[in-house]
Amino acid sequence: MSLLEIRNLSVDFQTVSGSFRAVDGVNLDIRETDILAIVGESGSGKSVSMLAVMGLLPWTAKITADIMEFEGRDLLTISSRERRKIIGQDISMIFQEPMSSLNPCFTVGFQIGETLKEHLGMDRNARKIRSIELLELVGIPAPEERLKAFPHQLSGGMSQRVMIAMAIACSPKLLIADEPTTALDVTIQAQIIDLLVSLQNDKGMALVLITHDMGVVAETAKQVIVMYAGQQVEQQEVEGLFSTPRHPYTNALLNALPERSLGLDRLPTIEGVVPGAGDRPNGCLFSPRCEFAQDDCEAQIPPLVGTGTNTLRCFHPVDHGGHGE
Amino acid sequence: MSAAIEGRDLKRYYTVKGSGFFGKPSTLKAVDGASFSLESGKTLAIVGESGCGKSTLARLATMIEKPTSGNIFISGTDPHANAGAEKSRLRQDVQMIFQDPYGSLNPRKKVGTIVEEPVVINRNLPAAERRELAEVMLSKVGLRPEHYDRYPHMFSGGQRQRIAIARALVLQPKILIADEPVSALDISIQAQVLNILMDLQEEMNLALVFISHDLSVVRRIADQIMVMYLGRVVEQGDAKTIFANPCHPYTQALLGATPAVDPKLRRERVKLTGELPSPLNPPAGCAFHTRCRFVQDFCSTTAPGLEMKFERQVACHYAEVAMKS
Repeated sequence: MSLLEIRNLSVDFQTVSGSFRAVDGVNLDIRETDILAIVGESGSGKSVSMLAVMGLLPWTAKITADIMEFEGRDLLTISSRERRKIIGQDISMIFQEPMSSLNPCFTVGFQIGETLKEHLGMDRNARKIRSIELLELVGIPAPEERLKAFPHQLSGGMSQRVMIAMAIACSPKLLIADEPTTALDVTIQAQIIDLLVSLQNDKGMALVLITHDMGVVAETAKQVIVMYAGQQVEQQEVEGLFSTPRHPYTNALLNALPERSLGLDRLPTIEGVVPGAGDRPNGCLFSPRCEFAQDDCEAQIPPLVGTGTNTLRCFHPVDHGGHGE
Repeated sequence: MSAAIEGRDLKRYYTVKGSGFFGKPSTLKAVDGASFSLESGKTLAIVGESGCGKSTLARLATMIEKPTSGNIFISGTDPHANAGAEKSRLRQDVQMIFQDPYGSLNPRKKVGTIVEEPVVINRNLPAAERRELAEVMLSKVGLRPEHYDRYPHMFSGGQRQRIAIARALVLQPKILIADEPVSALDISIQAQVLNILMDLQEEMNLALVFISHDLSVVRRIADQIMVMYLGRVVEQGDAKTIFANPCHPYTQALLGATPAVDPKLRRERVKLTGELPSPLNPPAGCAFHTRCRFVQDFCSTTAPGLEMKFERQVACHYAEVAMKS
């Protein structure tokens, strides 16, 4: 059974100039011990879809879905009181900017202890022991002294480790990491990614990794969902996605990586820009930039076809070894 | 032929106020002895983690700051040895683009005004000719003449970076300093901007100093590279040689930490443990010895100098050992 099951998730934001669809038709299944990466450029809806799961979107957001269930519990109709019991305990999240996601007014120890008190009802002493244990687990040297440190006394990498310690404090079943390494240096990024993967392994939790970095995806994920302008365009296992991407957007995105075009004089690019709120085409959202687009692509939005972990939203997918149907 | 831009043993120290009222001020060695020489049409990439001094070096090259010691030569002339008119003429030859295109364009000025500003300051041209210059430049970076009257907020990140490039190149400089020009951009946009940079470099025979922490981009664009750690150059030389066979343990670790975009290449990598030491209090001897895997007692007492080894400059006592690994 899946841990988290989502069918046809959409998020609309009410804005002054009308309703804007930020996420449109996302399907996903996460089983225990899965590592799922959600890739996309800025504005593709990858963070918003996960914030919808967490219930962290503002009131202007309207969330609709056919199914959105965590361990069989419906997250759409759940009361806030019930949701608070799940969030932070069974599902937890870490964010992009470690420096700004910690509260600067409280010590590290207090902030980790808060989760433990709220969800597990631990007393002062137990909290301290558990906090030290957690900091040790995420590789912070001299954890006992660090408990008294304020966030401004920590480096970016250390702050992100503290965030991870808070997130895994209650041994969650699902950890959502939203661009966990984007703000960090490359050597620290490697350390944090290793830490997340080894924790995922040891604790047997599921991990959702939201990122725009194809390198991080290739190194860690088992399953990959590619998003474009709010829509899920493709899902595949990681090997397949990198060797035979089927959606033209995935294909073009991979080709645009500097590593993949070392022999060429210039980098292959995707002409144009991601459509904004006002200028979305009627048909496939990628059709204006797609080199394989035909008349039917401009007429209607292709449906998301395929089952389980292998889905695709395209009328004319890339056929490796000759394009066409 | 003399180099377009040359730096000789550049040093830049800052005095940092001590803690407390009576705290002793200390010296921060942001750049501690960097030399380079770059010909027209070539690209020098400066690589390193945050705080390694790469941006300070850029500020020295653009004459925003004066070096504490050492000399900079623009087409063979030292601007700091000249005064007045000659110095400002040399300044026109060096232009810069910055990392964040949202911060580097004045939101209250029209795009045309922004691109024309260098011309207004440095040349005495009538408005119509200035406009023509600006429009030519805008079309070179892939924007349309009608964009002349728009404001920066109407553009996406990639387009803003194009505007910044147009502004930097409108005076036909000989040297362009690009400080992390694509790290704030999405992959598909990053490829477009890199192509524009490479096209214009070819067309205008620019010497390009490219500062980046992203080695995959550097590998694509650089002729020479310079790897910095805590203000010192640790390895410097031909880009192909260094990428094929990194010699300094830090360069090896940087290359190892960059994730490969191929899930089949998941491998055990050379990992750096620990964090970047504070530049205010760098380790004695070789600055890298606290994180180095080949460290010997000798490293913590004596700082290695840059020496020619294996067809590149490298600052390591045990370069031979590192090279064999």
